[in-house]
Amino acid sequence: MMTPKYAYRCLRGVIVREGLRFVNQRVRFLSALVRPLVWLFIFAAGFRSVLGVSIIPPYETYILYEEYITPGLLAMILLFNGMQSSLSMVYDREMGSMRVLLISPLPRWYLLLCKLLSGVFVAMLQVYVFLLIAWFWEIYPPVAGYILVFPALVLAGLMVGALGLLLSSLIKQLENFAGVMNFVIFPMFFASSALYPLWKIRDSSVPLYWICQFNPFTHAVELIRFALYGQVQWVSLLIVSTCTLVFLGVAVIGYDPLRGYMSRKNAG
Amino acid sequence: MSHEVIAEATVELPALSVSALEFSYGRHPVLKKVSVQVPGGRFVALIGANGAGKTTFFSIVTGLYAAHQGSISVMGHDLRSNTLQALASMGVVFQRSTLDMDLTINQNLHYSAALHGIERREAKRRIAEGLQQHGLSDLGARKVASLSGGQRRRVELARALLHKPSLLLLDEPTVGLDLQSRANFIAHVRSLCSEQGTGVLWATHLMDEVESGDMVFIMDHGDIIAAGELDALLQNHGVDDITELFNSLITKPE
Repeated sequence: MMTPKYAYRCLRGVIVREGLRFVNQRVRFLSALVRPLVWLFIFAAGFRSVLGVSIIPPYETYILYEEYITPGLLAMILLFNGMQSSLSMVYDREMGSMRVLLISPLPRWYLLLCKLLSGVFVAMLQVYVFLLIAWFWEIYPPVAGYILVFPALVLAGLMVGALGLLLSSLIKQLENFAGVMNFVIFPMFFASSALYPLWKIRDSSVPLYWICQFNPFTHAVELIRFALYGQVQWVSLLIVSTCTLVFLGVAVIGYDPLRGYMSRKNAG
Repeated sequence: MSHEVIAEATVELPALSVSALEFSYGRHPVLKKVSVQVPGGRFVALIGANGAGKTTFFSIVTGLYAAHQGSISVMGHDLRSNTLQALASMGVVFQRSTLDMDLTINQNLHYSAALHGIERREAKRRIAEGLQQHGLSDLGARKVASLSGGQRRRVELARALLHKPSLLLLDEPTVGLDLQSRANFIAHVRSLCSEQGTGVLWATHLMDEVESGDMVFIMDHGDIIAAGELDALLQNHGVDDITELFNSLITKPE
């Protein structure tokens, strides 16, 4: 039976394992960090003069483009990390180590949640290292923002992680996952407010504006952006929370041997 | 067509009781009314050629797949209605290694202990004990990737036993091992039956892994075509050894 103590031990075990794997794969850490840094150092610097940003909430004054895209890059780290974590689940399932987790005497939904939280934990390390480097690049959010953004990051991380989990439950082989990465990650990232404000998108294309509005990643970015400046974007909070629950619920069904991946695999 | 053969030897509460299990991949039946019993403290061999359905059987018994028909109970706990208790009573060594190659032996075992809710100090004690039992005492800090095939198998066995299960399931655990490692591994698992009363279900296609006195289930194309004590089976079929028995029973490819 799952007692709180047992649940905690399991969660700690899964997080420690993910942390150890992370430490052992330093290249993974560096590559995860290099990606947003390239955007910050090169892309943002290059586009600073082209993409001017007017005063929009939560900002109270004109800001540099680097400052605008920082929350989007934090969400980018979460997005890539969440997907990478799910990718590792496809790999683990193919290689067998996922079996060790799935045959543990705990409810499957809880085991998947542990897996999800362990991925978020690793992403948090990357996010805060990125914020530290960004500080040296003169990105100065309010000091309190570094703490206040934490729950927003966790929630956004859970949402993209749950989406990755859902996708991994639908995918039979690792090769298929690469295609889904291209069809999911890039459209999600580019059709969002991560790189440009929505009013600018609306000026160019109204349909694209609405696509961005319906993209849950946009709301993850806005949730982080507002939290970093000590504010709550309630609509985004509601959408991200709902999406997290829906994605996780469907993923749990996907990993149910009676209804999900296993049954489809058998049918195939 | 399917046969249903129930082993003659049972005890009051078998470590594993599988009854009339059916499963198919789409329209292709893989298991046809399979019934298997593993009494506590007994070494039971599930013998079948590659593709006979052994691994699918293991996947169902461990809850990774769901059976379409039939029932499974582990130490009296029904796998479907009492899943967690059933899973807590079993230890599993899968056909393919499920160890994390990037981590050390100790880290792998601590991870497994956490998944079974074993308190850290107790886990440390059990891991030290398990490593000693399996001849791995000095290797705890070594990464799994640097171990030999035989050592990895022993680590998997130590891990499967960490939570002291009443039932041990091993799916072709000696694949890839040299003769000496294989003999040692089997001897060790057999000693678990006699010394600790663990019920063992050992799936294999290697006939020389079965000994006189073992209970045997022979699987062919998803059917259990023979079951019982090895000696009684040999006598009943008028053959001298398990290989002869197996060859006389299985469906030959056309």
